[in-house]
Amino acid sequence: MFGNAIILALREIRRNVLRSTLTILGIVIGVGAVITMVTIGEGATAQVQADIQKLGSNLLQVFRGQGFGGGGGARQSAPPFSMDDVEAIKNEISGVRTVAPTIGTGAQAIYGNSNWSTQVQGTDDQYISVRDWPLASGRNFSESELRAGAAVCILGATVQRELFGGEDPLGANIRLGKLSCQVIGTLSSKGQSGFGQDQDDLVVVPLRTMQRRMVGNADVNSIMVSARDGVSTEKVQADIESLMRERRKIRPGADPDFNVRDLKEISSAMTQTTRVLTSLLAAVAAVSLLVGGVGIMNIMLVSVTERTREIGTRLAVGAMARDVLLQFLIEAVTLAAFGGIIGIALGLTAGALATHAFNVPFVLNPGIVMLSFAFSAAVGIIFGYFPARRAAQLDPIEALRHE
Amino acid sequence: MPSGPTPVIDLSQVTKIYGHGEGEVRALRGIDLRINAGEFVAVMGPSGSGKSTCMNILGCLDTPSGGSYKFLGVPVGNMSPDQRALLRRNHLGFVFQGFNLLSRTTALENVELPLVYRHVPKEQRRALARKALQEVGLAGRESHVPSQLSGGQQQRVAIARAIVTQPQVLFADEPTGNLDTATSIEIMKLLTSLNEQRGITIAMVTHEPDIAAWTRRIVRFRDGHIESDQVNEPVREL
Repeated sequence: MFGNAIILALREIRRNVLRSTLTILGIVIGVGAVITMVTIGEGATAQVQADIQKLGSNLLQVFRGQGFGGGGGARQSAPPFSMDDVEAIKNEISGVRTVAPTIGTGAQAIYGNSNWSTQVQGTDDQYISVRDWPLASGRNFSESELRAGAAVCILGATVQRELFGGEDPLGANIRLGKLSCQVIGTLSSKGQSGFGQDQDDLVVVPLRTMQRRMVGNADVNSIMVSARDGVSTEKVQADIESLMRERRKIRPGADPDFNVRDLKEISSAMTQTTRVLTSLLAAVAAVSLLVGGVGIMNIMLVSVTERTREIGTRLAVGAMARDVLLQFLIEAVTLAAFGGIIGIALGLTAGALATHAFNVPFVLNPGIVMLSFAFSAAVGIIFGYFPARRAAQLDPIEALRHE
Repeated sequence: MPSGPTPVIDLSQVTKIYGHGEGEVRALRGIDLRINAGEFVAVMGPSGSGKSTCMNILGCLDTPSGGSYKFLGVPVGNMSPDQRALLRRNHLGFVFQGFNLLSRTTALENVELPLVYRHVPKEQRRALARKALQEVGLAGRESHVPSQLSGGQQQRVAIARAIVTQPQVLFADEPTGNLDTATSIEIMKLLTSLNEQRGITIAMVTHEPDIAAWTRRIVRFRDGHIESDQVNEPVREL
């Protein structure tokens, strides 16, 4: 009986291809939207999680000013850090593995005819260690280069590509603004950050080189701190905060003019945000799935009316009410399941294209695929039940007479 | 009570009332009717005489308001819709004026339909349906859909569908109502042979005396009563 009902349903669907297609369109769009949203969301989440790894383990960053991405004004007015602050963090706080001071500035990098606008980072030899960022070739800064403020630099992968193409940059001299410096190393590629920035678009120079030859002061803009493995970053964060309050003479209770950020925290907050957004979008998409269900109910009711005589004939030759109920219910569920399958195919395709376009990994979530399919079948049962019951409750005599 | 075999159909003082109060319609006002196995009965009468109501009750499509209806000795008056469906499935066959074939469904599949509800396995279903179609003279038309068949052929498919389950009684409701005279004769010959050769009991509603003349017994309805119930010498040709 079940197999027969399915064959019957398929025949009925095939009989009216255009109508069936339009009927399931709602489900197709609903399921497709859910799958697409979840795929993009999962991809973004995976991306953010990968970024946590890329940022370097247990990384803390001490900035001037207040707030996240701090209002430029506040950051400008807050006093800069000094090398003494860097030393203090390194020596006075337990659990710190390494510390790297940084100064960033924008500059035009020029090599031969190539010209590339990039970010220059003044720091010391600890930078690549703090950021867990291995060199691709060449070497790190030496003690003497750091002390003397030598005109040497290490290139990020993007800058290397833009200036040198396939050429070996080691030993070449490039210009950074007015400064001419020799390339002594290249960084491996880190890709985009969770904030969508190209992390490889930078040139690293010794801190002193930056201070003396590019910005013309002895300030340190921010300090990167890497905590030792197994040490709680929260603890280190709190210690740095109290140390810096003391050093910068900020009264207890007053707002500090600096802030210490745990980048991992930001990343997990972003993961969380992405997840919430994904759920919200998926919920909105699920609503369209319900709307699709109403579409199925509508067409099934029309179908029951159109096929009243057929139902009468079936009842006359011995079909019971439940046979008719099952027939129409299976028809609705088959329609909905078709919609679900097409929607899943469509959603995965759209998801793959979108993740490709947004440059995030394509993550196939079998759970959500199964869930969408089950949900669309359930929509078929729920919205198919009312029309099916109507068909089953028809009076055989009236149904036979129906024109 | 008269002796003899149990009648297939036994109505006693059957009434049927539609609606209630002011708008009450008494369609049947106490019908006594027995039909024995192997009979070929024509039910006649003007519209509104109650003949269709009576046939619906006989066919277990409807229930009487009063009186008793025994089918093969079993009271069926108070059966539930599902019980009546089972009775139709297992013992009755129907032929309608409008054929009531499933459109865009082949002749063979139309004939198979009652067997589907009897849960007969597919192969056996096919074989039985083929045989029934052969019996009504439609061998070779198995894969035709109703729209490819003439009215007479469609009614033959409907008759094949009605007899494929070997029913005790075949109910025919104006089986020739939509057919021309020549085709009507073909159908009546077919019904006669089913009655005589296969021994199928047939109860047929008609308002055409020419058609009723083919049967062995004519029951006339008027105003919810049986007006007359006569034995008839059936014609063989027209």
